[in-house]
Amino acid sequence: MTQTDTPSPQAARQKWMAVLARASEQELADGLAALPTLPEAEVLRAPETGLVMVRGRAGGDGDAFNLGEMTVTRCAIRLGAHIGHAYIAGRNHAKARLAALLDAALQDTMRHDAVMQAVVEPLSTAQQEARAVEARKAAATRVDFFTMATMR
Amino acid sequence: MTRLTPGFADPVLDAQASFRAILEAMSRPGRIHRVDARITPPAPLCSAAGAALLSLADADTPLWLDAGDTVAEWLRFHCGAPITPDIGAARFVVACGAAPSLDALDIGTDEDPQLGATLILQVAGLIAGEGWRLTGPGIQHEHRLRVLGAPADFVAAWVRNQALFPRGIDVLLCAGDSIAALPRSVMIAEG
Repeated sequence: MTQTDTPSPQAARQKWMAVLARASEQELADGLAALPTLPEAEVLRAPETGLVMVRGRAGGDGDAFNLGEMTVTRCAIRLGAHIGHAYIAGRNHAKARLAALLDAALQDTMRHDAVMQAVVEPLSTAQQEARAVEARKAAATRVDFFTMATMR
Repeated sequence: MTRLTPGFADPVLDAQASFRAILEAMSRPGRIHRVDARITPPAPLCSAAGAALLSLADADTPLWLDAGDTVAEWLRFHCGAPITPDIGAARFVVACGAAPSLDALDIGTDEDPQLGATLILQVAGLIAGEGWRLTGPGIQHEHRLRVLGAPADFVAAWVRNQALFPRGIDVLLCAGDSIAALPRSVMIAEG
């Protein structure tokens, strides 16, 4: 059974954190500038860069193996009673800071809808479109072994 | 929800500076050192104890503490250290109130004496030049230290702890931003 009708708060947060992590620093800065000024935020964990082991699984049933290490920057920021976290690929500290600040703002029910509308939804749409374009380009080069199937 | 506060402003350099202070304190038992850490850990943890934990504790060192949920949450966030309710399994024991009995702590084994627990004991004050007489490795003749708010039976418990060498408990005394260490090799006599 799937729970598509009522997504859990955790799944919703995973979704917006993923969108923020994929966006560029400029996009996040522009989104933040469009919002009403946020109150003073406190940096709990300044941006720090480290390595994360990425694990993969061959097929659907193979054993997990270590694919390789990936550079990740993390940051935690407190905005009022909410703590925003960001884990982003690469070493852009400014972007990690912005993503954590936006995550904190998104957890605040008073600000959630405004931030979703101004920042996350446009970014999410743009990312999905970019993905669809990429998929179309890839699909155009696909080879169907149609002739072999009919000749047999 | 409790309010998390920041840890070290510069995690790398501040942790190195605190580690250096603890190393100096451990190698000169009973000498009072200042931990120059710009942190404000949640009450009742003092800044020296907070800095020591941020420098030493990590995911491999289970902690036992009597300082309450706010401190536990702060340490879990900044050190990633697991909090254990079993004092015998803890690598670092943090006592802000009444000190636990030294006998309850993990003393390590003869093969692995380094596994003995470290007691981080928060006391009311540390005064050099009077009180206990400390002798042993790291002290040329004798060093004197008065510990305000030390448990009444501490010296008797220490004599038992010292007899276990190389196993045993190391103690880090913290008061405000000062620390003094009592490694398991040091001998204490009432002054």
